[in-house]
Amino acid sequence: MSVPPSPDDGLTPAELAAKYGLSVSGARPGLAEYVRQLWGRRHFILTFSQAKLTAQYSQARLGQLWQVATPLLNAAVYFAIFGLILEAGRGMDKKVYVPFLVTGVFVFMFTQTSVMSGVKSISGNLGLVRALHFPRASLPISLALQQLQQLLYSMLVLFVIVAVFGSYPSLAWLLILPALALQFTFNTGLALIMARLGSKTPDLAQLMPFVMRTWMYASGVMFSIPIMLQDKPAWIAEVLMYNPAAVYMDLIRFALIEGYTSDNLPDHVWLAALLWAVVVGVAGFVFFWKAEERYGRG
Amino acid sequence: MADDIDGARPTGSRIPTVIADDVHIVYRVNGGGVAGRGSATAALSRILRRDKGESRGVRKVHAVRGVSFTAYRGEAIGLIGTNGSGKSTLLRAIAGLLPTEHGKVYTDGQPSLLGVNAALMGDLTGERNVILGGLAMGMSREEIKERYQDIVDFSGINEKGDFITLPMRTYSSGMGARLRFAIAAAKNHDVLMIDEALATGDRKFQIRSEERIRELRKEAGTVFLVSHSNKSIRDTCDRVLWLEKGELLMDGPTDEVLRAYERETGR
Repeated sequence: MSVPPSPDDGLTPAELAAKYGLSVSGARPGLAEYVRQLWGRRHFILTFSQAKLTAQYSQARLGQLWQVATPLLNAAVYFAIFGLILEAGRGMDKKVYVPFLVTGVFVFMFTQTSVMSGVKSISGNLGLVRALHFPRASLPISLALQQLQQLLYSMLVLFVIVAVFGSYPSLAWLLILPALALQFTFNTGLALIMARLGSKTPDLAQLMPFVMRTWMYASGVMFSIPIMLQDKPAWIAEVLMYNPAAVYMDLIRFALIEGYTSDNLPDHVWLAALLWAVVVGVAGFVFFWKAEERYGRG
Repeated sequence: MADDIDGARPTGSRIPTVIADDVHIVYRVNGGGVAGRGSATAALSRILRRDKGESRGVRKVHAVRGVSFTAYRGEAIGLIGTNGSGKSTLLRAIAGLLPTEHGKVYTDGQPSLLGVNAALMGDLTGERNVILGGLAMGMSREEIKERYQDIVDFSGINEKGDFITLPMRTYSSGMGARLRFAIAAAKNHDVLMIDEALATGDRKFQIRSEERIRELRKEAGTVFLVSHSNKSIRDTCDRVLWLEKGELLMDGPTDEVLRAYERETGR
């Protein structure tokens, strides 16, 4: 090609790039810039989560009815096994135990599904990641948001169950709003961490169900930790009660169930809930951002 | 076409959009040895040996070896070469999807790569994919609403019935590729790279996309096109890079390079 001599001749590629403001392809933006980009994609994050939510049951004949039926069936199964067969509700009135169990199951599942979808958020959307450019954190955040919307359906079921067992709506119910906001922040942080780990080691998707099940049994989803562990050293119960899943479950139980008093909560439980949310939320975001340029490669 | 784009510009107005500076790309492939990936013992020993670095059980494939070029605004550049010559790898590096082993790629803005296997969201309808694809590219809701009909018309998905409201997994590969191209082409990209995405569409769609590529060039973008169809390269590109075994064999005007390429490949 016969190009007329230009003032750019003789510049090294790096100098030429600098002169025209070109940047190194695939470089990771700064943290503040990353947050700004992410904010720019907020409509994408919201729309993606809603689309995933409706697509979830699009192949089922009953369609969106499953949004409500799934949590209901879950509650029934757990009640049949732990409430009737194993009698895990020892030391609790049935009027408290059933809402206690169902709340625990729903709240724990919120964290569980956020983690599980977080693990697969990058590896399961590689087509999207490789085709289009957007801040990758949009995906785990969006999937955590999908789980939050899923939880709202479960909450409707929960409200009915709680009311059937004699706890009626009161001002205390409003406490579930801050509790869920904190749990959502915690879940999102966890989903971001799992997204980065899962993008590098897809095997985690096989491993996580076992980790989550262990976590569930250790968090007192179907039994009261202080009652079950009363003859064990006190520190075991303390540790279990301050684990984030137990903290968020207890807060929501406390808000909803009349017979579940603050004696059942560990000290400074709101502070613990806040700390878990802020620490895991921020750490997860930074941890995810650190590998931003590497997602979808290889 | 090639002449008036290059010739009409005064000296110094050629603005570079992509600069590749001695780019080397090396793939690391896990478990390329005799004991394959599927064997449990091989997998276990791989995990156990992880701390000793990547030396064992990992084969290196040097896919691109020292490619340098500068692409300018308004250029449409074809990439040719036999299968496995590193064309797609090079594009992925430009898009920032693959790290370079040595050398750097500088780009203006964020290049977009459009490949054949870039399935968007299979479980969502075509309609949702258009909206989500647009939002993910950073378009606003209003912009998408405005262009929605154009995108659908361009893709030709609805020519044989109301397919846009069906999940994308039900589409034929050609339909999927067409919709993806239509979505990606809706935005004005600084740098758009098309990796054989047009080959799956029918003739009518190819003509429409070639038209759109010319438009994108006029809007001062740079377009890269990988294709094994010399005709579509000839129709759309004014400059061609010929890659062979990861090395840049030739870089020049379309006619010149294609003639040499055709002589070499015996066509």
